[in-house]
Amino acid sequence: MAYGPHTSDDRAHMLSVLGIDSVEPLFADIPAAVRARGLDLPGPLSEQALAARMEGLAARNRVDLVSFLGAGVYRHYIPAAVDQIISRSEFYTAYTPYQPEISQGTLQAIYEYQSLLAELTGLDVVSASHYDGAAATAEATLMAVRATRRERVLVSRAVHRHAIETMETYFAPAGLVLDEVPTLAEGTTDLAALEAALGQGAPVAAVVLGQPNAFGLLEPMAEAGRLAHAAGALFVAVVEPVSLAVLASPGEYGADIAAGEGQPLGIAAQYGGPYLGVLATTDALIRQIPGRLVGQTTDLDGRRAFVMTLRAREQDIRRDRAASNICTNQALCALAATVYVATLGPHGLRDVAAGGAAQARRLERALAGAGAPRLHAAPFLNEFAVVVPDAERVHAALLERGVLAGLPLARWYPQDGLLREALLVCATEVTSDEEIDRFADALRAELGAAGRIGAEAAR
Amino acid sequence: MTAPRSDTTIAPDLGPRSAVGPMLQPTLMELSRPGRGGGKVAHPPADALAGIPAEQRRRRPPALPELSEPEVVRHFVNLSHLNYSIDSGIYPLGSCTMKYNPKINEWVARLFGFAKLHPLAPDAVAQGSLQMLWELEAVLCEIAGMAGVTLQPAAGAHGELTGLLMVRAYHEARGDHQRREVIVPDSSHGTNPATASMSGFTTITVPSDERGGVDLEALRAALSPRTAAVMLTNPSTLGLFEDRIIELLEAVHGAGALAYMDGANMNAVLGKFRPGAAGFDVMHFNVHKTFSTPHGGGGPGAGPVGVGERLLPFLPSPRVLRDNDGTFRLERAGERPTSIGRVRAYQGSSGVLVRAYAYILAHGGSGLVEVSEDAVLAANYLKARLGEAYEIPFQRPCKHEFVATARLIKAATGVRTLDIAKRLIDKGYHPPTIYFPLIVEECLLIEPTETESVETLNAFADALLAIAVEAHQDPDLVRGAPHSSPVRRLDETTAARQPDLRWRGMTGAETPCPQ
Amino acid sequence: MEVPDGLLYSADHEWLAFDGDVAVVGVTDYAAHELGDIVFVELPAPGATLLPRQVFGVVESVKAVSDLLAPVGGEVVAVNEALAAQPELVNSDPYGDGWMIRVLPSDRTQVGDLMDAAAYRELTGAG
Repeated sequence: MAYGPHTSDDRAHMLSVLGIDSVEPLFADIPAAVRARGLDLPGPLSEQALAARMEGLAARNRVDLVSFLGAGVYRHYIPAAVDQIISRSEFYTAYTPYQPEISQGTLQAIYEYQSLLAELTGLDVVSASHYDGAAATAEATLMAVRATRRERVLVSRAVHRHAIETMETYFAPAGLVLDEVPTLAEGTTDLAALEAALGQGAPVAAVVLGQPNAFGLLEPMAEAGRLAHAAGALFVAVVEPVSLAVLASPGEYGADIAAGEGQPLGIAAQYGGPYLGVLATTDALIRQIPGRLVGQTTDLDGRRAFVMTLRAREQDIRRDRAASNICTNQALCALAATVYVATLGPHGLRDVAAGGAAQARRLERALAGAGAPRLHAAPFLNEFAVVVPDAERVHAALLERGVLAGLPLARWYPQDGLLREALLVCATEVTSDEEIDRFADALRAELGAAGRIGAEAAR
Repeated sequence: MTAPRSDTTIAPDLGPRSAVGPMLQPTLMELSRPGRGGGKVAHPPADALAGIPAEQRRRRPPALPELSEPEVVRHFVNLSHLNYSIDSGIYPLGSCTMKYNPKINEWVARLFGFAKLHPLAPDAVAQGSLQMLWELEAVLCEIAGMAGVTLQPAAGAHGELTGLLMVRAYHEARGDHQRREVIVPDSSHGTNPATASMSGFTTITVPSDERGGVDLEALRAALSPRTAAVMLTNPSTLGLFEDRIIELLEAVHGAGALAYMDGANMNAVLGKFRPGAAGFDVMHFNVHKTFSTPHGGGGPGAGPVGVGERLLPFLPSPRVLRDNDGTFRLERAGERPTSIGRVRAYQGSSGVLVRAYAYILAHGGSGLVEVSEDAVLAANYLKARLGEAYEIPFQRPCKHEFVATARLIKAATGVRTLDIAKRLIDKGYHPPTIYFPLIVEECLLIEPTETESVETLNAFADALLAIAVEAHQDPDLVRGAPHSSPVRRLDETTAARQPDLRWRGMTGAETPCPQ
Repeated sequence: MEVPDGLLYSADHEWLAFDGDVAVVGVTDYAAHELGDIVFVELPAPGATLLPRQVFGVVESVKAVSDLLAPVGGEVVAVNEALAAQPELVNSDPYGDGWMIRVLPSDRTQVGDLMDAAAYRELTGAG
């Protein structure tokens, strides 16, 4: 067997202690009508053959493209120390720290994670993490529903599409209402529409805005928060953690809850996960926050130690009265984020955010020069939308030229005429000047060719 | 409510020191010194942030710790020494299936082709991952006896939620709006009723019978036109196969309800019992249990969900599809309107799933059957060894795990299961699951898995038997355990009454960041 | 295990005592022992109306959580604010400073469903 130690002698010994000849009697209680007779599966493969097979599959993915794709998952330089630490088997093969005496490594690392994210978000309490940013955002709104006992949530249309869709799925069984607030032409949330929506219809439990928003733009968070509070609603900020090194924090602009995707903090893209759901809130809402929490305490001898706490909120104790059924946290991803932030330090993290901003400004100029100006006027950090006629076709053509030109916004806003002719592009500190030039040149060539074709057709 | 435990920047007394071995560590925040660290990324130009309006800027840099790389590495290496892990010893945790995590899977997950691929990359450049996910769905269908699988859920509990949301959608689509109840056995894992509540159902609990199975008559009495689903774990959380499974499923379907199987215990029945083929409508897998993906200290796992024909239309989107030309793609938005939508961003934790895929391929069908046979054999062997000193409430053969109880030891000596568990730590072992399932008093739920040698099983059994003797001869020793771990029993009361959940006292970088 | 005479007890381990027209309610010493160190008590707001046997709050210990069931119906006229900062009062003085709510019963005869100290002692095997 692939990884098990038992020889036929071992099995014979165990069988003889049990007084049986084979394992059959141990499965005799499976009724014959539902007894399966083996599995029709490929394999087994030796490790050598498995490695070859997996290399072959991995080689069919193209990761050599010049990529400007962000849209919630961002390419950053991950210091080598991060993978070294999360590859230590004391961390990655450890179980949930239910026996704190022999889990202080995991527990202290989670406490440190909670501390670092509390500082970045400017809030008091950070959970030990959720599945991803979208699930964390959904949980944040459910927290607000419980805390306010209201059943309606307003979300800006410019929050990540997957977070909105996840909220819709989570809301459906509870009969909660999710209303979208439109954006202005400049790409930010329409505060007048927000105020109007707060003033009519069912009372609102939470107002949700992204910072930066899904178009990469900076939103008027403080004003949105004031409007929410004036209507008795909580304010939920959906944030990108690297940007918090330079942007105002949710605590500074009065958010009650912050949620977001922690992937940019040292976690690879991995085609969808595992990622890191950041969830933070104020002391006032501590009893509403779902998921694990690690706290500091002392042991019998007075030694400082760490332990999972406020456990009676969780599913194994509360069962059907638990706020959430969550039974895990993304512990190893939270560890990666902690090592990443610790290795970079505040200056390094600031340089990552600022480096992305600098490259994004360069990207904007290059793309505008190539014939694709920005769609929106509002300020951006490192991601923005550009106007590209026939965007999906151009995107495909650029792919042929080895450039992954961001995300065609038609994928997320198929009904919106303007967004259908736009690409959402980003740059980070790893985006080089050469890559930007290559993108601009390829785009210029494509738009030029299209222009010639268009001119031909018009003639 | 969060009260600072200590406002000092001096590291507390961290206990005994030794050149090798586990030692308590200061926190990153206590180790921080202004000006340390740096050099990991390039400095951007001075005007990098000129486009950000002043009111959008952070008023002061975040007060994050400043450490050099050697200090960071040493910190986490020393922390790692404080952890027990599968790679250091057996975890006999019932319902957790803490089997060995193969190292080749770590290598596979780190292949650049898998690790660096963006989830929104066009299908044309993601064929390797799409093929891997599509094939994983197919093998999970075969293992489960199901018609379709979603790989989207990020954990077992997340899979349960997905499953019950599909159940809800199914009944709604039939126009049956009465079905607002979910039935679970009293032995169920806490996630089952918690998930039912999240999915908009009330939970009805039915008792287990004296043989440790679901009480069929009680189930029949609880079933009604209001029942949406019954959630069963099979084998049960007591490690016992529901030998009346056919009658149970008939009763469920006869009442117009759906049958959900919590697949946490699949390690017991791979190739021996295929839930979908037996009649279950929906089930979830825990890949971090049955398929060896690492627990990571609490996550990340993944919880794929398999469904029968009835629930196929409701699977989360996007599904992974294969076109006639043999290429793979993700379902497009709106392509399947009956879907319940998405339960998280993107299409799934491929980085975890690729490890499960590699594990399944390494074993093949014959290997997985062997996994279950060895897991069940090991559990029964360990049960036989422990029967000398611990009460075994259910005498029939167990599957991959079994319940033992210290009830008689407690009655005779006052020593409780909790004390025995803590004393196991002094013997060098992680304790088994304790106090679950709730229906057995002073219980230990023990699951050795198939990757522990006979020598390890014997040594673990010997340790538990020795503690049973100690309970009689020196109960205070057991009640005061653990004695030899880096920290001893913790004050969990103060931790809950006065939660200290984050460091306070970082004043901010003294070396100013350029604005 | 303390079971004072003169109080009334429910099968769910709450106690009730009359202070004039108002009923004072808490949980018994037995309940506090079963739960362990209490870490949090969730109580209704003053003015809330309770039905008999309805859940009026939750008491949490480190390892368990338990519903609080109203021994009588009526209006909540006061709650013990001290328990927010000092939940341990339920452990140290369950019948005194650990009181939970004061209720003006809508129907005093409902207390006929409760048992006296002797019957509660028998139920719990205490004393």
